[in-house]
Amino acid sequence: MSLHILDVAENGIRAGAKQIKILVDESLGDDLLTIVIEDDGKGMSPEFLNTVMDPFVTTRTTRKVGLGLSLFQQSALESDGAFEVESKPGVGTKVTVTMRHSHIDRKPMGDMVSTILTLIEGNPSVDIVYNHRKGAGEYLLDTREVRAELGDIPMNIPPVVSLLQSNLSEGLKELDGIS
Amino acid sequence: MPRISIEDLKKIKEEQKGKMVLRGGSHRAKVTVHMGTCGIAAGAREVMNVFRELIAEKGIQDVILTNSGCAGLCAKEPMITVEVVDLAPVKYVQVDKEKARKIFEEHVLGGRVLEDYALAIGSETMAV
Repeated sequence: MSLHILDVAENGIRAGAKQIKILVDESLGDDLLTIVIEDDGKGMSPEFLNTVMDPFVTTRTTRKVGLGLSLFQQSALESDGAFEVESKPGVGTKVTVTMRHSHIDRKPMGDMVSTILTLIEGNPSVDIVYNHRKGAGEYLLDTREVRAELGDIPMNIPPVVSLLQSNLSEGLKELDGIS
Repeated sequence: MPRISIEDLKKIKEEQKGKMVLRGGSHRAKVTVHMGTCGIAAGAREVMNVFRELIAEKGIQDVILTNSGCAGLCAKEPMITVEVVDLAPVKYVQVDKEKARKIFEEHVLGGRVLEDYALAIGSETMAV
């Protein structure tokens, strides 16, 4: 799942997003996993949105197929879930994915620490807001807060990346402990 | 929930003040990991992790690690582009963790291009 999230978030960044919001909500009580990825990129026209799930549709000029969203949709549908893309030109795009948390075919969350770090480090000028809820626990990382503190120091220098890495690892470990 | 400590960030800021003056805000090398759907599926994120670890481990300050999208040679992913100041940029193909370590040592730090791992001249391999 973490690779799907990285993929969709990178789409947003290629669409000129300045901010990406990622919500992972593992609601164990009602056995629901919800993933929402929202960007403020250039958005898609209603016509393009209608065709976006077609693997042979892509904005790319470098190749003719675009599989990212289709693969994510397949993962959702395999585990009794749903997949929805909303988009407005000039406003941004929101991808909402739900899955049955305990479904035997639900892919594991995977390494969210690597996904978030890759996004921040590879795109230091984009703000990433990552909110992960699991049962009663909650983790929040908002790079806008970090950036405000750092001033003109870039987000992707090694000491900042290490700090973010340990914060993410501890935060997510704590989440697993609570639930 | 662990909060990012403001104290830690202030410390980094103080430490960086001196360094920024020294390097004049510029970098010596840039490593771009192609992070399209194809790259991600082929292991680009793990390659990114290797570079991140090496940079932290060796305390390197003047190498920038960044992402880009798909370059159109999906069968050759994971791909990276290494740009070292005063050298021509080189695209490496089918990079795994081991190759990434070697490329970092030889090319990024040593300035020696690893021709064996680089993208061949011409078009992508076609089935015959």
